[in-house]
Amino acid sequence: MIGLENVSYGYGDGELLSGITLDLSPGSFHFLTGPSGSGKTTFLKLCYMELVPTAGHVRAFGRDVREMDRDDIARARRRIGIVHQDCQFLDHLSIAENIALPLAVGGRAGPDDAENLDALLGWVGLGNRAGALPPELSGGERQRAALARAVIMSPDVILADEPTGNVDWEMSKRLLSLLAELNRMGKAILVATHDLNLIRAAKTKVNARVLRISDRRLQLAGADL
Amino acid sequence: MVPPTGFTAQLTVFSAAAMAFLAVFALALSLAAGRLADRWTSELARSATVRISAPQGQIEAQTRAALGVLQTTPGIASVRVLDKDEQQALLTPWIGQGLPLDVLPLPQLIEVVGDETGYDSEGLRQRLAAEAPGARLDDHARWREPLVRAAGRLRDLGLLSILLITLTTAAMIVLAAHAALAANAQVIRVLRLIGAQDSFIVHAFVRRFTARAVAGATLGTGLGMLAVLLLPDAPETAGGLAAGIGFRGWGWLWPLAVPLLAGFVAFWATRLAALRSLKELS
Repeated sequence: MIGLENVSYGYGDGELLSGITLDLSPGSFHFLTGPSGSGKTTFLKLCYMELVPTAGHVRAFGRDVREMDRDDIARARRRIGIVHQDCQFLDHLSIAENIALPLAVGGRAGPDDAENLDALLGWVGLGNRAGALPPELSGGERQRAALARAVIMSPDVILADEPTGNVDWEMSKRLLSLLAELNRMGKAILVATHDLNLIRAAKTKVNARVLRISDRRLQLAGADL
Repeated sequence: MVPPTGFTAQLTVFSAAAMAFLAVFALALSLAAGRLADRWTSELARSATVRISAPQGQIEAQTRAALGVLQTTPGIASVRVLDKDEQQALLTPWIGQGLPLDVLPLPQLIEVVGDETGYDSEGLRQRLAAEAPGARLDDHARWREPLVRAAGRLRDLGLLSILLITLTTAAMIVLAAHAALAANAQVIRVLRLIGAQDSFIVHAFVRRFTARAVAGATLGTGLGMLAVLLLPDAPETAGGLAAGIGFRGWGWLWPLAVPLLAGFVAFWATRLAALRSLKELS
């Protein structure tokens, strides 16, 4: 659904990523690791079309990103759920409103939303925090809310950038099982993380491939973990 | 969607109200000047005076001759010889009462009223000169024309003021919208990331600024109309333009267009400003 073909990207001088080829197909589960600053976030930005590659091609749902205009990109993003490292909420709206925002933005708000939203809040364990503002939530609650927002449009692809960055181990495992559940429903999942324990824990639940960014290139790092 | 901003919102409403208030006055001035120009053009243009100054014995004969000319001139609806009392009434404001007018050698005045088509002043002048040498046609053109020009210019200035007020409102809304867009860059970024199209984001800002401009302009227009309504009444003959400022009859509907215009201007100004600055964001 999202395919990278020989993609390179550089900020000004020198390349950060080069010659990257990857295909995120339905039902796949990828981990992306690498040291800080190795380009994990940049890689994800290329996937959700915030950045356009300096060389090579990124295709989203069959279309080359370079040929897409701003509205095409907006429409494609509705099929991609993103969990950001810093969550990116609108702080003046309640958690429930933030989670439902993609529906309003996509013009998909409908009558059964209230029920669906309640079910979703329950699924991520935030049923009793629906009216709270984002700054009032703990780190783990925010991460789960971000995941709920990422999946409310029932996207085909879920991209998560360090989703367990500032939560404890119990919460990490819960987030992981939520992602595994989504993966079993056929979503393509890509999680950027440097948490090797998380990757080991995942191996028991899903058939995940582990990718590593090293020396600007993407390598398959499966078996040694 | 966009967080509320109390202070800048109030500034936008206040500016729209102030501009609408000024626009109502510019409108009242334009309409009054327009009415004045029309009146000086049409009403006064149709009336003229023929003055017959001749030695006492000849006045009557020349008056008859002049009347003969006037009555056979096409485009003249009515001709009337003013009697002594009427002439005295005309002079009283200038020289006071109680003057023995009988002893003064007053010229005879004839009031001429043209019909819709009007008459040829120059031709009439020549024929009068031939038939009654003491007769002079005064069609008020000499003092009327500069007045009509002045009133017309005043009306144009009023309309220009409305145009400037409109443009200033647009500029102000663009500045306010730019400030709001810059202050909400993070909100816009989040909305973009979850799949908002530009039109959705633009709509959120446009709705807000149009509502503020219309609310402010409605308030300003209301106050402006009230202020015009409460202008002290002065008789129009004495006050001229100053007394004429205001709205007459259906003219009161004109200022109601001010909030609509403000809304229209705000809608387009915000839309264009937002679309342009969104292009600069990723």
